[in-house]
Amino acid sequence: MAEKPRTLFDKIWDAHVVETLEDGTSLLYIDRHLIHEVTSPQAFEGLRAAGRKLRRPDATIGVVDHNVPTSADRLTAVNEPESALQIATLEKNVVEFGVPYIPLDDVRQGIVHVIGPEQGLSLPGMTLVCGDSHTSTHGALGALAFGIGTSEVEHVMATQTLLQKPAKNMRVTVNGTLPAGCTAKDIVLAIIGKIGTAGGTGHVIEFAGEAIRALDMAGRMTVCNMSIEAGARAGMVAPDQTTFDYVQGRPFAPKGEAWDRAVAWWSSLPSDAGAVFDKEVTLDAATIVPQVTWGTSPEDVLPITATVPDPASATDETRRAQMQRMVDYMGLVPGQKLTDVKVDVVFIGSCTNSRIEDVRAAAAVAQGRRVAPGVRAMVVPGSGLVKQQAEQEGLDKILLDAGFEWREAGCSMCLGMNPDKLTPGQRCASTSNRNFEGRQGPGGRTHLLSPAMAAAAAVTGHLADVRELV
Amino acid sequence: MKAFTTLTGVAAPLPMANVDTDKIIAARFLKTIKRSGLGKNLFADMRYKADGSENPDFVLNQEPYRQAEILIAYENFGCGSSREHAPWALLDFGIRCVIAPDFADIFHGNSFKNGILPIKLPREICEKLMEDAKMGSNARISIDLERQVVVRPNGEEIPFEVDPFRRHCLLNGLDDIGQTLQHAPSIDDYEAKRRAAAPWLFA
Repeated sequence: MAEKPRTLFDKIWDAHVVETLEDGTSLLYIDRHLIHEVTSPQAFEGLRAAGRKLRRPDATIGVVDHNVPTSADRLTAVNEPESALQIATLEKNVVEFGVPYIPLDDVRQGIVHVIGPEQGLSLPGMTLVCGDSHTSTHGALGALAFGIGTSEVEHVMATQTLLQKPAKNMRVTVNGTLPAGCTAKDIVLAIIGKIGTAGGTGHVIEFAGEAIRALDMAGRMTVCNMSIEAGARAGMVAPDQTTFDYVQGRPFAPKGEAWDRAVAWWSSLPSDAGAVFDKEVTLDAATIVPQVTWGTSPEDVLPITATVPDPASATDETRRAQMQRMVDYMGLVPGQKLTDVKVDVVFIGSCTNSRIEDVRAAAAVAQGRRVAPGVRAMVVPGSGLVKQQAEQEGLDKILLDAGFEWREAGCSMCLGMNPDKLTPGQRCASTSNRNFEGRQGPGGRTHLLSPAMAAAAAVTGHLADVRELV
Repeated sequence: MKAFTTLTGVAAPLPMANVDTDKIIAARFLKTIKRSGLGKNLFADMRYKADGSENPDFVLNQEPYRQAEILIAYENFGCGSSREHAPWALLDFGIRCVIAPDFADIFHGNSFKNGILPIKLPREICEKLMEDAKMGSNARISIDLERQVVVRPNGEEIPFEVDPFRRHCLLNGLDDIGQTLQHAPSIDDYEAKRRAAAPWLFA
């Protein structure tokens, strides 16, 4: 009898089940564990209290990103005491438990979800976890990668496994060709707008179709990064030649004979013809217009050509109240054109959009233009290596000449827990992933968009349609 | 972990959908190396005014909801970040049970690991419980995990589903790690096979 056709997720899941318990919960083996300063201290403390060892330091790597300043003087400047304590705690813990660590003064330091793929630590077919919801990013390589809480961080440290039930399979197929001026960010925002922030709950999303295949690895990472914003447990793209070309030669990637064996296995992972998905969604890339969020949930997104919606148009009372709260919080007026919304700050960075391709996209718009008066525009590369590469290409010069700040690697203004944050009422065009109330600082107002669109907002001083600038 | 068997208490109504983890505990409060003490910053941006004083309009600043042990909310509760500080903050405030039509996956898992029971019930039932909760201390709600029922103030019993493994762990206050380590021989076996099949994943 022929084997039942399986999805990419099914194949990686099956290859990692250590044991399935009576009620269907499985012990799932974890190949790679990335740790950072914010969600690991209590896990290390738990190990210490129970007298347990960290099972596989060789499968684990630590880096600081959330709390670190991104100013040029950050190695010598005094950080906030609580942030400094979290960083010092991680540095003490990695020594005590023998975990490899990338320190702040290392050129490889950066956002954990940027450096994983960059170093070849994230590979096709593997299970990868981190105490951070945007771990879904690494699914772009064809890995099963998902965010976990601190109790699970401790569980992986102690056992190299997690207790899991298999997720359901969902496929989002994006057909056709993306129009000029649109990017991976516009694809994923359009998907979230269509399926909602709970559209993927309980599922792992496989992104498929011509428009996804056509994306480079950075674009695929942007799409997978935001699958958590659609509620999904993880996002994945089947590995292909684009993936292999990206991985080959990276420091932790397999080499020689091991490379050939790895590619042979990775090539068997794409979903079988006839594999069944519990949920299917289809989108036509050709219909996508550059996207921007207007509300305080990533699903509240519209084409840049649209106007601010009217809460009175809501179909039920909960939604009407929610829309009213969002319009009030965001300081918008129903019916106002999105392109008339002025911005105070532009943030280009975060694990969603801080790779070299993103910096290039921003620089292409910035070239020969100036940041509008009164606007603070910052570009924060995702890693020291992205920064170095950009400087080799002269992108830093283009951006600085245009009036952008060019900063050191870190999470920066994505989440308001380091010195880069909005002040109450400030409005930001941001390439990050969440527009929740207060996300970028208490009272801050966030509009999510692509790096090219963010650069367009910077040089015009308002949300703008980048297609009119290129 | 503290066992969860039965609970009778005040339920606070929070009639909002998409209550995200940044709302539950903002990132600026994550700079701690402890699990405790987060309760004072639970829902901080809704609970306090810009000058740090309490916002009297927010439910948890009103009596009897300062003593709430149950929270009633709407769809997609706990969406966003994986921060376990969200259930830590709820627990530190005194919340042991959240009832909503559905939950974001990571928050849902994190809750169980901290002795908080997340209960999924259909929207129309959550609306009824929301009305009950608005009656304050006159309307205590009971949860019986053994029997898997929510008991409304009028005595009506509402059954709920819960994952059997999670239920077992909660009822007995069991941590996962100790249980998993009983399977250490299986992990050793798997690891040996994995090392042979994918040696590039081992240093």
